[in-house]
Order: sequence, then structure tokens, then C-alpha cells
Amino acid sequence: MPQMTLVQAINDALRTEMRRDPTVLVMGEDVGVNGGVFRATEGLYQEFGPDRAIDTPLAESGIVGTAIGMALNGLKPVAEIQFDGFMAPAFDQIVSHAARIRWRSRGRFHVPIVIRAPYGGGIRALEHHSEAPEAYYVHTPGLKVVIPSNPYDAKGLLIAAIRDPDPVIFFEPKRLYRAFRQEVPEGDYTVPIGKASLVREGTDVTVISWGAMVRICLQAIAQLEGISVELVDLRTLAPLDIETVLSSVAKTGRAVIVQEAPRTCSLSSELTALINERLLLQLQAPVVRVTGYDTHIPYLTMEQYYLPDAGRVQKGIERALSF
Amino acid sequence: MAAKTILQRERLVPFIQILDPEGMANPTDIVELGLKPHDFKAMYRWMVLARTFDERALALQRQGRLGTYAPLLGQEAAQVGSAYALKPEDWVFPSYREHAVLAMRGQSWLQLFTFWGGNEEGNRIPEGIRNFMVCVPIATQILHATGAAWAAKLKGERSCVIVYFGDGATSEGDFHEGLNFAGVFKAPVVFFCQNNQYAISVPRTRQTASETIAQKAIAYGFEGVQVDGNDVFAVYKATKEALAKARDGGGPTLIEAVTYRLTHHTTADDWTRYRPSEEVEMWKQKDPIKRLKLYLEKQGLWSEHDEAKLLEEAKAEIAQAVAQYEALPKRDVEDIFKYMYAEMPWNLKEQLQELKEYLAEHGGDLPKE
Repeated sequence: MPQMTLVQAINDALRTEMRRDPTVLVMGEDVGVNGGVFRATEGLYQEFGPDRAIDTPLAESGIVGTAIGMALNGLKPVAEIQFDGFMAPAFDQIVSHAARIRWRSRGRFHVPIVIRAPYGGGIRALEHHSEAPEAYYVHTPGLKVVIPSNPYDAKGLLIAAIRDPDPVIFFEPKRLYRAFRQEVPEGDYTVPIGKASLVREGTDVTVISWGAMVRICLQAIAQLEGISVELVDLRTLAPLDIETVLSSVAKTGRAVIVQEAPRTCSLSSELTALINERLLLQLQAPVVRVTGYDTHIPYLTMEQYYLPDAGRVQKGIERALSF
Repeated sequence: MAAKTILQRERLVPFIQILDPEGMANPTDIVELGLKPHDFKAMYRWMVLARTFDERALALQRQGRLGTYAPLLGQEAAQVGSAYALKPEDWVFPSYREHAVLAMRGQSWLQLFTFWGGNEEGNRIPEGIRNFMVCVPIATQILHATGAAWAAKLKGERSCVIVYFGDGATSEGDFHEGLNFAGVFKAPVVFFCQNNQYAISVPRTRQTASETIAQKAIAYGFEGVQVDGNDVFAVYKATKEALAKARDGGGPTLIEAVTYRLTHHTTADDWTRYRPSEEVEMWKQKDPIKRLKLYLEKQGLWSEHDEAKLLEEAKAEIAQAVAQYEALPKRDVEDIFKYMYAEMPWNLKEQLQELKEYLAEHGGDLPKE
């Protein structure tokens, strides 16, 4: 089985689906000739031509809005927004239309598009290139939101997202693009949307995370001695795999949520509420949140203070255990 | 005619008028349309039907029997003339005032009342009709139209797309992005701007310093054309030519139909706050329906008897739709939840159950206050 980085797995997923289904195309800024600024679409232009690996004008609302129109007329566009922070100009098209067309048309039309964007901090980038905006999209009814944490899941989830009949926001942790390799099967397989993964079983405390933070959590857990930690990687943020989360927390009685996004009204808020609503009497400690701060993510010289690291995760786990 | 004074200056885009406000037309221009007397009468019929619907919808809203409604009074020629040029395989992306267009494409008056009555079923476009739903956010549908047209081109189909929007929409970024993409990819789309002179209260001059809206097309690398939007023949001609060009791979066209909203933006608006009644009176003289009627009469195609008969038929047709609308069954609350995703996720199932239990506790509906 080939060893792939996460960005190679993304590329492989796109190629696999484009070979299988002639209605699938990729579109966005620099995705054609240049193969994408992170090379996620490398080689697709050469293999599928300019009508299926489409270099668009530089306009995010235009990319998502025309992708919606293409989907309404029978194609399956995978639109790339070059960076998380540049999703904002497309926000109107995503929340006012992509998320609503099935509902508005009573099912006559639907929008099977995937909007891919490199996501999150940790690559010493410019402003607007390190954002974690998942909460906006998780909050919006009608969307699915996926964030893989490793190459195997990235490929399987992206193929599942392309085949999904509803719009999927697919955030790719950019600090993981080339961070490590993993065995990734060739050809066709899916990882189901809406299913979390139990990365590690344990009995003392449940750590819930997604995206690049899963790796940070693994680092933290590896350094802890004498504590049995269960680690849940959500993989899909909407719809949430509530069963996996609740059954784990019911077992351990303690939950630590780790995310790089700002804290207020974030997915960690929703998870905390869900756990409290359903498991209050089984909890041994209040739910602990280890998150980015309610500031903008700093520029490269200070972003390491903002992003949760293994030490902060350990501190969170200790807090949950010492209550 | 204001149009002719503009014509005397150097213009960046053509201006088309065939039928003048007195109902006079050059016979050669009429022949070139390729339309027969029955077409003229069909156009007239649609315009009268649309106005009858409009009057009835307005009255129902005032009586509390319909929700907020956006009237089309004065824009009948722009809508009927353009829709008359479409083929069934073409796609229509409306904004929210195109009642005549939607009806001409096969949506029922009942469906339109259903929508404006606040029932989402009014947006369920029947299978086989290539209309998209009413689009409330301004200009956003322009991008969908460009994308759908681009898809048609990529799939090698000969269908075209027409998208409707107003003068206010041309100030939005999505107007720029939609026209720009269409120009770059030569998408078979007709951008149909009903310039009705006002975006609620803000006049056309506050939207753009361009002399015309049509000339904006030049910057996107395709043709723009301005037409007398109250002249159903000019609108038909411009749209037909734009569609033919698009079908033959010639790419997009921007049509600016110069018209006037003779009444409120919606039933929640009061036009007397922002424009003098003399201006409205001046535009009433250019009434698109009166103009076509004058033409038909001059051609000996229309009598007082025909007129009385049509008005009666129109009233009856709309009255029947109102009766059906008011007899629509109450819907199940599941309708709120069931079209969110192809498969309903657990949270929606739970929330639907929560609502049903609450209603069940009160005999199946909300508690009386």
C-alpha cells in the first residue's frame, strides 16, 4: 500500500472520483495549470483538461455561486477556496443558497457540491491564512462539515463528500498537509460522513478533538503516565456523531474538548451542552475546554501561544481528573 | 420620447424600441419579429392575466389573506416579452417579482399565491419545468445562472439560461462576478435587467454613474443592449436574439429593459415617500398594456368585445386560483424538518419529536393564548 501525505491523499481522492464520475470537476483559483497553491490538485489539469480542472477568476463568491449553478444543472463541482480566511466572500452563497436550496425547493433541487479549503493555523502564514471558522458552518442548517486528521481518513472522507447529495464543507488541516505519511489504499474507498473515530480506548477520561488537534492530543497522551485516556476524533462536525461521544463520556465520566478555534459559541460549546444535557449525573467533573482564545489568531511570531499544544491538553486532562 | 433624445447622442449600446407609447410601429420591424397575430394576442393575454393576478394579490394582502407581496405593476411587457422568447429547455432564474415569467413557464397562479401566502410549497417547482425558485437576496441568483449555463455548455447541451434582476442588483458584487465569469467562460446566459428605476426608494442614479446599465457588458467582453422595457415587441426581439446567439455559442448578453415600477416595492413599502406623483403619472402614460392594446386595435385585431371577454376570463382564472389557495390543507410540521438533508440527521429527528410532543400536549396544535 502506498504511503501518502495528507495532501497527496486529497489529490488521490480527487483523481479517483474524477476518473470514476465524468460529472465531477474541480474549480478554483490556481487549481488548474498550477495544481493548487498546496498542490492538492496537481496533475488533474494534465489528466482531465481545462474543463474539469478549472482555473477560475479570483472571486470566492463567484466560485461558490457558479458551482451551485453547475450542481443545479447536473455537475458535481468540488470548489476550492484557497484559504480558510477567504471563505468570507463566499459566505452569502454558502449560507443563503447552498445550505437552503433543497429545503427551499422542497427537494426538487439539491446542491451536491464540496467546498474544500485549507484550514487552521501552525504554518507561520499571513493574516487570514490560519483561521478555524468551522462553527459558522456547523451552526448553519443544511450543511455538512468534515475535518480529517490523517491521510487515510482524508481520502475516504473526501470521496464520501463528493458522493454526498448535500453540500459539504471540507476543511483540510494545512499544518498536516505534509506533516506525516500513512498507508493509504489505492483506488476507491469511503470513510462514512457522520461517524467519529475512536482513535484510542481508555477508561479515565475522554478527549474529543478534530483536525490537527488530534495529533496534538496524541502527543499529550503519549507523555502522560498512569492515566488511561480515550481519544475521539470527530472527523465529521455536522452531523455530529453524538452516539460515539456520549457512550465514551458515559464510560469515563470526564470529557476534555480540544479545538484550535476560538472558544465562544464554538463546537466545544455545543459539545459541552450536549454532554451536560444528557449525562449530567454520570459526570465526575465539569467538561473541560482547551481552545484557541477569543482573539484573532496571531501572526507567525506568536501563533504558538494561541494554538493548544500538548502541555495545554495535559493541563486540561489533569483538571478534569483532579476535580 | 425620452429614448430618442438619448439616441441623438453617441451611444455605447444600441437602444431598441418597436412600439411607441401611442401603439405605432414600423411594419417592417413587426415582420422581422416573426410573430403572428395570435402571438400578439397571446402576449396581450399574459400581460392582462399578470396584472389581474397582481391586483388580486395586492388586495388579498391588504385584507390579511396573503403575506408581504412584491407587485409587478408596470413591468408586464418586460416580463412577457422576454419569457415569450424562451424555449421549454431553457432555464429561468427569477428574482422575486417575475410572476408573469413564472406563470408563462407553466407554474400555476395557485402556486404563486401559495408562495406569497407564506407556504414553502409555492417554491416546489413542478418536475419538467426548468424554473428555479424565487430568490430573495439581491443578485445572488446571477451566479447560479452563470453556473447553470456554464454546465450546459460543458455538457454540450443547447439549452440557455435567462436570469432576472433589477437595477439595484447591478451594484452588488455578485452581479460583477456573475457577468465576469460568464464572459470568461462564454456561458450561454442572458442577463435580463428590469431597470424599474428604483431599488425600494433609491433611484437608479444612486446605483451607478454609468449612463446605461447595458453598457456595463462592454467591460465584461460581451454585448449589452438597452430596450424600451414597456414595449413588449422590443423586449421580445432583444431576448430572442440574445438567446439565439447564446445557443450558437456566442456567449452572454446583458439586456437592460428600461421600465418603471408603477407602485410600491412591496406591500410593506409606500412609494409616496420617495417620488413625486407627477413622475408616476408620466410613466403611466407609457403603460405597456395600454400600448399593446392600442396597437392591436389599430391593426383591427382587437375589439371592445374581445377586451371585455378577456378581462372576464382573467378574473375568473385568478378567482379560481384564490379559491384553491384558500382551501389548501394545513401541513404537517414535519415539513419544516424534512427537506434539510437527503437523510434526516438525529438532531432534526429529536427536534421534530420535541415539537410534535409539545403540540400533542395541546390537542395537536399550539396552545391558545
